[in-house]
Amino acid sequence: MAAVKINELHKSDLPWIVEIDESKCIQCGKCCAVCSFNSISPCVELRKKSANLSDSENTEKALVIKQNIGFENHCRGCGMCEAVCPNGAIKVIRNNDDMYAIRYRAEKGESLKRGGRSNLNTEGRTLDKIKIGRISQMTDPSLDPLRHTFEIKTQLGRVLSADKLGFEVNGNKIVETKTLPPNRWIYPIIFADMSIGALSSRMWEAIAIATAYLNEKCGMPICMGTGEGGIPVNLLKSRYLKYMILQIASGHFGWNRIIETMPEMTEDPAGILIKIGQGAKPGDGGLLMANKVSKYVQEIRGVPKADLMSPPTHQGLYSIEESVQKMFLSMNAAFNFRVPVAIKVAASVTSVSVYNNLLRDPYNIVGGFFLDGFAGGTGAAHEISLNHTGHPITSKLRDCYLAAVHQGRQGEIPLFAGGGLGQTGSFAGDAFKLICLGANGVFSGRLLLQIAGCCGNDTEKCNACSTGNCPAGITAQKECLSKRLDVDKVAENIVNFMIATDTELRKLMASVGCSTLPVGRSDALITVDKHISKRLDIQYSI
Amino acid sequence: MCRIGAIKSKKFLHPSLALKLMRSQQEGHDDSGFAFVMQDLGGIFEHHKDLPIISMAGTVEGIRKTEDILINKGFKSVLQWSPHISSKKGLKIEPMPNYMFVVVQYPKSHKYATKEEKEELLIDTYLEIRKVLEEDNSGYIYAFWPDTLVLKEIGSPKDIGTYFNLWEESPELCAKVITAQCRQNTNYDIVRYAAHPFFLEGYTVLVNGENTFFEKNRDYQKCLNRAYIGFESDSQCFLYTLHYLNKVLKWPVQYFKQVITPLPLEKIEQRPDKEVLLRIKASLANLEINGPNTILGVLPNYNMICVCDSKKLRPVVIGQNDDMVVMTSEVAGINDIMPDRDISKDIYPTESETVIVKNDLTVERWQQ
Repeated sequence: MAAVKINELHKSDLPWIVEIDESKCIQCGKCCAVCSFNSISPCVELRKKSANLSDSENTEKALVIKQNIGFENHCRGCGMCEAVCPNGAIKVIRNNDDMYAIRYRAEKGESLKRGGRSNLNTEGRTLDKIKIGRISQMTDPSLDPLRHTFEIKTQLGRVLSADKLGFEVNGNKIVETKTLPPNRWIYPIIFADMSIGALSSRMWEAIAIATAYLNEKCGMPICMGTGEGGIPVNLLKSRYLKYMILQIASGHFGWNRIIETMPEMTEDPAGILIKIGQGAKPGDGGLLMANKVSKYVQEIRGVPKADLMSPPTHQGLYSIEESVQKMFLSMNAAFNFRVPVAIKVAASVTSVSVYNNLLRDPYNIVGGFFLDGFAGGTGAAHEISLNHTGHPITSKLRDCYLAAVHQGRQGEIPLFAGGGLGQTGSFAGDAFKLICLGANGVFSGRLLLQIAGCCGNDTEKCNACSTGNCPAGITAQKECLSKRLDVDKVAENIVNFMIATDTELRKLMASVGCSTLPVGRSDALITVDKHISKRLDIQYSI
Repeated sequence: MCRIGAIKSKKFLHPSLALKLMRSQQEGHDDSGFAFVMQDLGGIFEHHKDLPIISMAGTVEGIRKTEDILINKGFKSVLQWSPHISSKKGLKIEPMPNYMFVVVQYPKSHKYATKEEKEELLIDTYLEIRKVLEEDNSGYIYAFWPDTLVLKEIGSPKDIGTYFNLWEESPELCAKVITAQCRQNTNYDIVRYAAHPFFLEGYTVLVNGENTFFEKNRDYQKCLNRAYIGFESDSQCFLYTLHYLNKVLKWPVQYFKQVITPLPLEKIEQRPDKEVLLRIKASLANLEINGPNTILGVLPNYNMICVCDSKKLRPVVIGQNDDMVVMTSEVAGINDIMPDRDISKDIYPTESETVIVKNDLTVERWQQ
């Protein structure tokens, strides 16, 4: 009787099964060459020549493609093999009975890590249950999205109420009498902060090129978040720095170089973002596994090749007030109070408390509140965090906005919302709805990866960003993989996508009769869900 | 679409002129109301210009409660006037039982009070009366301010004129500034407080159009001033914004247009005062309007103002002769009351203009 090693990893435990139709396979080897996870290999199998079971000579050797079974090289379902197979001989099939997550923990004694987004989005998206229901018709005319002028701009930076501007009247003219906090007018969509390291240098470069092009050729002042980890010195010294929002997170990675380069900077950055938390993994610090710490990542960050785990908090900060007095003040001072300094936190039950407290900042140095919902993406996180921690963005954004309204302070610290935008296809629709609910702007990162050709999805396909083996070259750090990414093509696709999004935003604004951003215009929204109506205070419609 | 009108004259005029101005502009089926505000009063009010006048309508109980509040605060009645009612059968009007217009003397405690202290007392009293009347729905207070008379009613404008005997000119009721509207804001409930013109502390505003940023305006204004209440009409926001920037912030009225329809950023960038304009655009973004609107207003110094939305989606025309300047939605109204004017002097304000009519009737046109 054959012995079965029950506790070993079996093919049936894996989340994806590779199936090969041998009648079609010509054994060209392309699938094995393209698989960045080494999940399939050519090998030799022994087979019976005929049905004569008693004849021990009745065997022959056959060359076949086989799925590898292992914790490090299991199939992620990315589908690259299917894409390259000339005969359609190979396919990957989702295994609904997989036991991988349990087997991994049982074998390794450690937390399972992956990239992507939460895989537990089973309730249906709130934003998809909201419609834009207040259409301008007889009472006021709809605008013409093609012919009327629209201004799709928002503020980044602290906004003072009119009575605190220190204006004096001289005759019929108002004159300024004091220096006011820095304030930028930017496009209301920000490319969310993803680091060089989390992304391949080529992907990061493609986003940077797209950002510059959108600013300089398309009149769309889009800002790009750099993520934690610094940026190339040449970029720090270039005029393109003015489109970048430099991130400082708890690891402070990359800031040595930024500080050293300050005397040679010719432009101020668009902003500074203090990252406290991230929607995909609230409570955790940044995570870059050693296999993604390539040579140039080591150089930019000034670190050895090791797992780079930022602490969950900024060391030395124990309260909101302290963060204002220490971190906001020092980051403001570093750029001589010319650059808005904003904060990014994971959406949480506590978000309103934090926002309220920051609104009372007496120095007027908090220039933005970035709220990241639990459907946001990540390059690497503990799966337990991804799937079980965090807060949806929509209700928490609304809570923060209404808390500001309650005090008559809406807009003073601009609210930016992100986390899962465009997840079901309509990025402009999601952005518009969040703006109507009170966001001054939105940010998205994962969307850019999808534009670049990410083959993952939110139902466990691929999600291998943490491994450095990204089959699309987006989050890969191996040169042979990152070279799969066509930098210029990705930049072009991002630019095209944003131009399309801009057109769609105009279309939505026109239909509700707005030529400027409808921040807080929740009267434009309706919902078919009673609970959403009550929670967000928007009209219930059936 | 609402039709609005504002008349400023060197001579005292009877409100029948406002009815005539609005009559030909009235839209087909909408008989939802008529309202006017008279300022710079003549007739029986001419010699009490410094004393506050209460304009209200209410039940007997409402009138009694109002009088109690006034007495308790120490106000003393100086002069009382009621319109002569002609209650004919078949008139399309929903009248209140009583209409009260009373000139009162300030309490003794305020004999040596500053202008600001007196204004504070008036607004306190106005808000208290309004609150008390709203508790049992026993009446409406439209104004409590010197040299100002306000009447609002629901029904057919023509019949309202007949009911209050307004078609018949009378020397006892006249003013040099009259603003009127022949329709209520019918997109919302037909309630008296929703009827233009709106009045607060010397500022009068009436608006044609839809305020698509109503929610933004309202949410912000609620915290700006205790007198910014009601919001029965989306157009009250325009009054509160004008009041806030001119009265509270003490900014010149030239900046009203910069607040409600801020210039696009590329235009601001070319301006020498761009720093100020950028700050205004950012700090008062919640007071921006974004719909089709024409706004007419009267300032506490009785100058009249007219501005339009940034796309000029609602009509307005200004006609003038030596004695009178009239701003209104359609030229037909002006033709009715100023048939002999020089029409080449008619002004059709653009999307970037603020038109100001001074007390000597000179008309200034400021470009944004």
